[in-house]
Amino acid sequence: MARMTNLYDTSKCSACRGCVIACKDWNQLPGEVRKFSGSYDALEDTNGDTFTIIKMLEHEDPVDGLSWNFVKYQCMHCFDPACKQVCPAGVYSITEWGAVVQDLDKCIGCRYCEYGCPFMIPKYRKRVDLSTKCTLCNDLVGQEDYRGLPTMPACARTCPTDALVFGERNELMRQAEDRARFLQANGFPRATIYGKLELGGLNKIYVLTDTPDKFGLPVDPKVSGTISGWQNWIQPYAAWLIPLALAGSAISFVTTRLLANKYGDHDEAHQEGGHE
Amino acid sequence: MTNHMVDLRNTDVCFLIGSNMAENHPIGIKWLLKGKETRGNTIINVDPRYTRTSKVADIYAPMRSGTDIAFMGGMINYILQNDLYHREYIQYYTNAPFLVREEYEFNDGLFNGYDGQTRIYDGSTWDYQLDGEGNPVKDMTLENPRSVFQLMKEHYSRYDIDTVCAITGTPRAKYLEVLETFCATGAPDKVGTICYAMGTTQQSKGSQNVRSYAVVQLLLGNMGRPGGGTNALRGENNVQGATDYGNLFHILPGYLGSPVSTTHPTYERYLEVQTPASGYWVNTPKFMASLLKAWWRDEDPAVSYNYIPKREGAKDYSFMNMFENMYKGEIDGLFVFGTNPMVGGPNTNKEQRALANLKWMVQSDLWFNETSEFWSYQAFDRPTAKDEYGLLTPPEIQTEVFFLPACGVYEKEGTASQTGRWVQYRWQAALPAGESDADLYIYDKLAKAVKKQYEGSTRPEDEPITRLTWDYVFTHDHTADIAQVDLEINGYYVDDPSRPVEGFPNLQADGSTACGCWVYCGMLELRNGEVHCKPKNRDNRDTSVNGLGIFANWAWSWPLNRRIVYNRCSVQPDGVTPWPGDEKRVLIQWNAEAGRWMGDDVPDFGATVAPDAPGGTNAFIMLPEGVGRLFATKGSMREGPFPEHYEPWESPTQNVLSSQQVNPMGLFWEPEKQGRPEDYPLVGTTYRVVEHWQSGALTRNQPWLSEAMPHMFVEISEQLAFERGIKNKDQIIVSTSRGEIKAYAMVTKRLRPMMINGRETHQIGMLWHFGYKGYSTGDPANRLTAHVGCPNSRIPEYKAFLCDIRRA
Repeated sequence: MARMTNLYDTSKCSACRGCVIACKDWNQLPGEVRKFSGSYDALEDTNGDTFTIIKMLEHEDPVDGLSWNFVKYQCMHCFDPACKQVCPAGVYSITEWGAVVQDLDKCIGCRYCEYGCPFMIPKYRKRVDLSTKCTLCNDLVGQEDYRGLPTMPACARTCPTDALVFGERNELMRQAEDRARFLQANGFPRATIYGKLELGGLNKIYVLTDTPDKFGLPVDPKVSGTISGWQNWIQPYAAWLIPLALAGSAISFVTTRLLANKYGDHDEAHQEGGHE
Repeated sequence: MTNHMVDLRNTDVCFLIGSNMAENHPIGIKWLLKGKETRGNTIINVDPRYTRTSKVADIYAPMRSGTDIAFMGGMINYILQNDLYHREYIQYYTNAPFLVREEYEFNDGLFNGYDGQTRIYDGSTWDYQLDGEGNPVKDMTLENPRSVFQLMKEHYSRYDIDTVCAITGTPRAKYLEVLETFCATGAPDKVGTICYAMGTTQQSKGSQNVRSYAVVQLLLGNMGRPGGGTNALRGENNVQGATDYGNLFHILPGYLGSPVSTTHPTYERYLEVQTPASGYWVNTPKFMASLLKAWWRDEDPAVSYNYIPKREGAKDYSFMNMFENMYKGEIDGLFVFGTNPMVGGPNTNKEQRALANLKWMVQSDLWFNETSEFWSYQAFDRPTAKDEYGLLTPPEIQTEVFFLPACGVYEKEGTASQTGRWVQYRWQAALPAGESDADLYIYDKLAKAVKKQYEGSTRPEDEPITRLTWDYVFTHDHTADIAQVDLEINGYYVDDPSRPVEGFPNLQADGSTACGCWVYCGMLELRNGEVHCKPKNRDNRDTSVNGLGIFANWAWSWPLNRRIVYNRCSVQPDGVTPWPGDEKRVLIQWNAEAGRWMGDDVPDFGATVAPDAPGGTNAFIMLPEGVGRLFATKGSMREGPFPEHYEPWESPTQNVLSSQQVNPMGLFWEPEKQGRPEDYPLVGTTYRVVEHWQSGALTRNQPWLSEAMPHMFVEISEQLAFERGIKNKDQIIVSTSRGEIKAYAMVTKRLRPMMINGRETHQIGMLWHFGYKGYSTGDPANRLTAHVGCPNSRIPEYKAFLCDIRRA
């Protein structure tokens, strides 16, 4: 199956938050009235019961004046996800079409994934002691709807302005590049795409009307060196640690006991000498 | 809407004023955004604050609340001074060449015929000069100084750019950019649309605001053409249906005037007064007779006309005056269906006090809301002790309140008329929960109970009820009842009650047809002997040749499935030639061989009236003169033939265009409570956000939507926050001369101070969704608004008032 993804075009988004509600609906997540946030972003970040949000960021530029940047924020479904790297319990896997999904039965609630993720996406759901995130509607994609058309994630299905569409990544990447070029020539000189090269590729494509930092996205997201060190150097050999330790104990036993016995006199003499 | 939602993709320039379309019509705006890709259209947004709509627009210009006519008057002046109007269009399709009677004059903000005592205009001299045969005199060169065109040019010459910008607070460069961009649609090959909503209408001169848009659209030749029109974006889905069916005190179903005891004492007199000499309303007797037959099938219309309650002369039965009368204790009982006035009504402090004067009240809703609980301790909880109308406790309130649980839209069945006049059928998705039921079912039970009370009565005064035709069979699952109602609305032949009338041209004045709402006539048809309901049509193929998005077989649109009204204007007066350079946006053309109009849309014109026949260019068939009115005649607009700028009832400044400060005919109930700028220096306005709907009675009971927009807030600019020492997230008190509310301050860059007539003026804005019931609660903003209204529509002035803020 080809890699399937969402293309989100910030130039078409009207921040109606239909995607946010559709996500809550499909995943049957509860809502909660929180403290006043001071802006239209009542949900300032994803949380254990909110897999996707729309951020509305006011930005004032001395030249271009005021802009209000809307951006959908959720799991980026990285090609090489840090969450998967750090998870000690094997919760994370990647589906054949590119969604990073969790097997929550295995989750131990250690929250390593949350701190390992360059986007801080997996969030701890305290009441059940689990870390959760967007599934790209893995349970919905790959079926047919009542019209016989392929199903798509709840967010993309809901979007009224086609700011969010779902399809094959290669095709959507072509569309995104065309769109960014169009926007560059039509009033958004800094328009760019996001998700093509970041972290070696994200399974979410963004068309941004400005540089990523204006949308609260890390300009050059990086997975921490500790994580890659752990992943590349320590974890592959983790399985060897117990045999290694056992082997170490065995060697130690041999050297300290057997060899000591063999050369016992000398050793004892030395010890005795020590006593003297 | 004169056009429809899908048609927005055909426009070259869309002018969104008084509308936050992205938030309040989030699905509809997709057609505008599609047009951006397919046609490269330009979207202009004019609004006091930078909204989500402003974000998707190409040009945003700020404007002080309540100054639409100044803004548009400047545009009219710009069009006329720079010859940007569509000359041939206004010559043939508008009254620009008509000569106006010599008595008409305009002087310092007042038109002739004003009585300062009664504050009423006599508009009878605002009329055309007539020739010997009674036809209006025209000057096709548009040069005559008494021509509408020249009078208009003179009238708006005062609206120069600097004056307008001083009134509206729009930066001059932005204003010019808007003018240049939109007025370019006066070129014959360009079409622009104006979309507006409650920001326009909810003012003491709301109707004239809309007229100022219509005038601009006529001047630019944008009416009746794809991608054009003056488009009211309705506040909710079936509001179009509510007005079509006469849910207002001054009209009966189908926009027939409701009878007044003094002017329409008898049926004959009603027809005489209400039927004009020309235009489509000459058919009034057919529509009225059919309506009366629908209500009293076994009576002669001349008799059953007497069964309709008559209005008492000039008495005002509108929402605000109804509450005023309730406040005075003149009303005993009230039915409240599908509305929540304790959040949505203006001056809710007073209206809450008014409800306490009722003997009984019946409320029907999905949840207990602020109105059904108006008597509770919570309801009288105020952030400060200030309440001009007196606080009560529940034991002091003697009103008996009944609550009828209603079901949601997906639990009932029927049609809804959306903003583009499409009548779309909605099927029942689930049975109503618990004891709740559809409004129809509730009303049916009620009507039958009332009829039962009158059973056997022979008194003549009981005849309206005893003789009423009411033979519906309503059920929980709507197995047959909607079809019965549909048939009555569409109309049927009295001698064959199962046969639907084919269309309103077939309605008769002799009582042989019955029709509940003539504009919906033709919605049903006989197909293979079965009654087919066209609103159930769901063919999503575009039926137009040039891809204009007509979708004639998707649902059904009144009148007679016309998708764009006044579509005669989409072709030149000769009826054949498209407007130069605009060959693809022709809707109908005259076919001489067939002897009829043909094209993508149903002609909004006499189907067989040739372009060179008498009245062959009378594209505006509903008006007696057959042309669009740049000049509104005979008091059809109460406060004058041309829209004139007046300040809102509560304004931070003087009217610089004339010595008339406020609308001379505006409705003002409490003159002593007019806020003065010395006490209340800030301009306030109210609005909605996409996360909530209307009074929030539905959405604030949904956890997800409550989570998405959980608190009542007031948006204030950074400059004002600095001046008042208010920080973001602080709790503040907003006060007007009528009440005070507590809310969170949202300090934003999206609002800025404006220079109004040389003084820095602050505008603030707040949500009106909140109340004290539901998951997310907050003070109702309408505790601040006033009982002030537009004389034409009697809509309250929610959008512009004076207020002040302080830290709580």
